Amino acid sequence: MTMKMGFYPGCSLKGSSREFNESLCAVMDKLGVELEEVPDWNCCGATAAHNLNHALSLSLPARILALAEGAGMQEIAVPCSACYSRLVMTRHELQENEALKAEIADIIEMDLALNAVPINVIQALDRALEGASLESLVVAPLAYKVACYYGCLMVRPPKVLRFDQPEDPMTMDRMMERVGAEPIDWAFKVECCGAGFSVSRTDLVAKLCKPIVTDAVKRGAEALIVACPMCQSNLDMRRCAIKGMSEAEAHIPVLYITQAIGLALGIDRKDLGLQRHLVKVALPRRAVVGA
Amino acid sequence: MSSALHTVSATDTLAGRVLHDTGVAVAECYQCGKCSAGCPLADEMDITPSQILRMLQLEMPELDDEVLRSHTIWLCLTCEMCYARCPKEIDLPKVMDSLRAESLRRKVAHPKARDIIAFHKSFLDSIRTCGRLYEILLIVAYKVRTRHLLQDLLMAPKLFVRGKLNPIPELIRGRSHMARIFQRAQRKDG
Repeated sequence: MTMKMGFYPGCSLKGSSREFNESLCAVMDKLGVELEEVPDWNCCGATAAHNLNHALSLSLPARILALAEGAGMQEIAVPCSACYSRLVMTRHELQENEALKAEIADIIEMDLALNAVPINVIQALDRALEGASLESLVVAPLAYKVACYYGCLMVRPPKVLRFDQPEDPMTMDRMMERVGAEPIDWAFKVECCGAGFSVSRTDLVAKLCKPIVTDAVKRGAEALIVACPMCQSNLDMRRCAIKGMSEAEAHIPVLYITQAIGLALGIDRKDLGLQRHLVKVALPRRAVVGA
Repeated sequence: MSSALHTVSATDTLAGRVLHDTGVAVAECYQCGKCSAGCPLADEMDITPSQILRMLQLEMPELDDEVLRSHTIWLCLTCEMCYARCPKEIDLPKVMDSLRAESLRRKVAHPKARDIIAFHKSFLDSIRTCGRLYEILLIVAYKVRTRHLLQDLLMAPKLFVRGKLNPIPELIRGRSHMARIFQRAQRKDG
């Protein structure tokens, strides 16, 4: 039986991070979940809107929430951490302030009940796996040491998100264990990658990404696992902007968590979009002890 | 007791403006410095995050002006580290949003923030026009605004062959609705 789930892909998943979309859809398909896009969705406004105009930064996510409600969605899977943050923060701010909610509903000229709940990619995978065991679906255990990198917006601000521990989150680590990987203990799980400065201040992105990559490699990781298009593109696409890296630091791949799970579920590399990365995903096949 | 201490309501000081816009009372800050210690870009800033809060607390026009002219407010990445660690739960990222908007309103944004602001504006241009981000338009608009014509020129073909640059914009049906939302939101926030 197919289960339907509301889905807000966001702009990155339709463009520069399309492999996140491809791998999410492939994994969800394998788990028997049909993702149903919010009809005629718009951009959430990302960093740009809240940097320049408060009302706009609430109105753009509000339109998305209203459209999802209109389509009868109770939950919306939002894989991009930045979109997830904008949707959750907007919903929270409007729930706390009736007058502001009325003002924003007036700006977007739509009814706004705020009863559609945005969930992140981990929560969406958990929903899809309800009643099933991920371990039993694994056909090719991901026998690598991985550094799970959560970045900022999946765990902060904890007061609003209420998802995992903000300083040492473990949800991704546990999910990686279930597909056979060995998550390492490391120091840069929740440090910022430079996010929206990829184009305007590439120098700062390189500066912030360098210690993330260095620490992961130093502690033995063979791949970085992420759940955010900004984290992925800064660590992957902007790797060449980081100066003075060792061979290992230059070559450690950055996989979306959906790509890592997809590999373990035996989904074809191409269907997971692994060929789209700038840092080649050259994980050697490895026999698993006891498998 | 605390609320009686924090009755800053006049919007003629920046602290009052921030309270009015965001509901955040900067007077709550007792200068523990955790925000500055955890900020990933504090070492790049001309004024640290905790100093910004202190300057706002003093409610002096010349300090307010210095805050609005600072590089700091534009370097804030909204990573939310300061807010997560603040013992007084001061939503500093939200304060920064309010300061940025005011800095633009008064036309006093730091000259070094030019590229960052150009990027944000170019990003919003694309959403206003298409409803979604059109990455090629974003980059072209950004290059025109900043005259960084050669930047990332070698990156584009690499992204293109990997299918990461969508040549065709995603146009939503509700584009006129989006244009109206932009108009009405800007009328409200200036």
